[in-house]
Amino acid sequence: MEILREGQGELIGWHDPDEHRRWVRENKSRELKDKQMTVAEAVERFVHDGDFIAMGGFGHIRIPMALIYEIIRQRKGNLTMAGKTAVHDIDILIGAGCVNKVEVAYSFGHELRGLSPAGRRAVETGKCKVVAEISNAGYQWRFLAAAMGVPFVPSRNMLGTDTFEKSSAKIVRDPWSGKPVCLLPACYPDVAMFHVPRCDKYGNAQIDGILVEDFELARAARRLIITTEEIVDEEVIRREPDRTVIPFFLVDAVCEVPYGAHPTQMPYLYFFDEEHIHEWLTVSKTEEGTREYFDKYVFGVKDFEEYLELVGGVRKLSYLKRVEQYRAPMPA
Amino acid sequence: MVETTSYTPTELLACVASHILEDRKSIFVGTGLPMIASMLAQRTHAPHLLIVFEAGGVGPQVPVLPISVGDSRTFHRAVAASSMHDVMSTMQNGYVDYGFLGAAAIDPYGNINTTIIGDWEHPKVRLPGSGGANDIGSLCWRTIIIMRQDKRRFVNKLPFVTTPGYLTGPGAREAAGLPEDTGPYRVITQLGVYGFDETTKRLKLISRHPGVTIEEIQANSEFEIIIPAEVPESTPPTLEEQRILREIDPSGMVIKK
Repeated sequence: MEILREGQGELIGWHDPDEHRRWVRENKSRELKDKQMTVAEAVERFVHDGDFIAMGGFGHIRIPMALIYEIIRQRKGNLTMAGKTAVHDIDILIGAGCVNKVEVAYSFGHELRGLSPAGRRAVETGKCKVVAEISNAGYQWRFLAAAMGVPFVPSRNMLGTDTFEKSSAKIVRDPWSGKPVCLLPACYPDVAMFHVPRCDKYGNAQIDGILVEDFELARAARRLIITTEEIVDEEVIRREPDRTVIPFFLVDAVCEVPYGAHPTQMPYLYFFDEEHIHEWLTVSKTEEGTREYFDKYVFGVKDFEEYLELVGGVRKLSYLKRVEQYRAPMPA
Repeated sequence: MVETTSYTPTELLACVASHILEDRKSIFVGTGLPMIASMLAQRTHAPHLLIVFEAGGVGPQVPVLPISVGDSRTFHRAVAASSMHDVMSTMQNGYVDYGFLGAAAIDPYGNINTTIIGDWEHPKVRLPGSGGANDIGSLCWRTIIIMRQDKRRFVNKLPFVTTPGYLTGPGAREAAGLPEDTGPYRVITQLGVYGFDETTKRLKLISRHPGVTIEEIQANSEFEIIIPAEVPESTPPTLEEQRILREIDPSGMVIKK
C-alpha cells in the first residue's frame, strides 16, 4: 500500500499483534476463579508507575472514581492516559500529579461546565504533555483494532486536518477504491478500569444504557479492574447471557464499591453530584486549592466509604438517585 | 404565531438554528446550543427529527437538556442505547444527514479550531480538542456550526484545523479522501446565518438577525464575507418557542448564558 502521509504524534499503546497474542497466552487466565479484592489491593497489583491507563465510561459518566482516588492515595506517577473523552477522571488525575502524558480526543474540558482549570494549567505550564491528537471515533477504532487483534483499522475521518497531522495515524491509498484512507493503529492500554452496575465474583459484567466504547476497550487493554455497584450471583449472569458486556477471562480484579462512580453519573442509578464537581472546578483554580482538595477527600479519608460520608452520606446519595430517576428537579 | 421583540441573543440563536433543521431527517448533536436547538425543533416543526448522540444514544425523546453527550438523558425513551462504534459507523455509512457543532474559531472555508490557541507544542490556551467534532465534520452529509462571531473567531488562518470544513477550497475534501458531497452547510452566529458559495466554497451571508447591519457583520470578521445583493432578516423567536426553551432548560444552563 502506498503511504501518502504520516501523522507526527507519538504512537502510544501499540504492540505487534503476535507479541500481544503471546502476552495473552502467558498472562491471562481462562480459569473461572474468584477475583474479588479490595480497591487498594487491585490498584497495588495492577497499576504501576509509568503505565498507560484508560477509563471506561465517558468522562463523567460511569467513571471508576474509587479506583482513581486510590491511584492518588498510593501516589502512582508518570502515568500516560487515554483522553478518549476523559473529563473529570483525567482532570483529577492530572491535578494530583499522577498523569503527565496524554493522547487527546477530548480532555481539559467539562462539556457544559466549562474548561478544566487543573488540566489546562498543567498543559500550559508543560507539567503534562499532550503527545498526540485524535478524534473520539478515531480513539475507539484504535481500541477496535486491538480488540480484533489486527494492526490497524481504516477510517474516513481525520483526513485533511491538523488533528491527523498530530496523530499517530497514517494515510494510504485504498487498494480497492484508489481513494486516500486513514489507518488508525491498534491501541492496547496497560490497564483499563470500569465501574459497572453489576458483576459476578469472576468478572462477568453487565452495563446498563449506552456502552460508549467499553466493549472495545475491555478487549483491547491488557489488564482490567472492575468496580461494581453490587456483586451478583453467577446465576444472574447465566440467566441473561445476552447482557454480558465484559466476560470474566478479560478481567483481573473485581471490587464491590456501591456509589463507586460518585461524583459522576451512573445511568438509572444516580445523577452527577453537581455541587461536588463545582467545588472541584472552583478550588482547582489554584495549586493550593487543588492540594487542599486531595488532602480532604483522598488523603484525609481511609477509604471510599469514608469519602461518601464526607460528601454528604445517605442524604446526598438518595437525593442524587431521585434526580437521576426524574423524582427530583435537576440542580441548576 | 406571535413573534416577540423581547428575547436574549442566546434565545435567538437557538430558534434560528432550530428553524434550519428539517423533519424526518437525522442529526448528530453536540453539547450545548446544538442540543437545545434540536430539542426545540423536535417539539415544534420537526417531531420526527432523529437525534443521534456520539456516545450511543439513538432516537431519544430528550426530556431536559443533557449536560453531556453521554449522559442518561441522551438515551431517554430512545430507540436504541448503543455504542460509539455503532453510531460513528452509521454516520460513516451515510445515514446521518446533519451534524451540529459548536466552535471556538472558524476560517473562510468553514474549517474549525477547538484544540489550541498559540503553538501546539507550547499552547497559550489548551482547548479540549476534537472530541466527536472531527468525526461529525468528516462523516455527516451537512455540518451546521453554531458559534459566537468576532474578529478573533472569524479568522483568515487558524492556528490548528481540528475539524475539516472545505479545507483549502473546491475539491479539497474529496482530494483528501473525505466522503464525497459532504461539508459545512450553515454557520449561525449572534449576528446572522451563513452558507458557503458554490464555486469558491467561502463563507457567504444568508440572513442577518433583526437590527443587525451588513457593516456590523463585516466588522466582526477578519476575512471578507461574501454579501449577496438581497439579504433577508432572520425570523425572530415566537413566545411559544421561548416557553419551550424554558421547559427544555429549566435551570438556564445554556439559555441564560
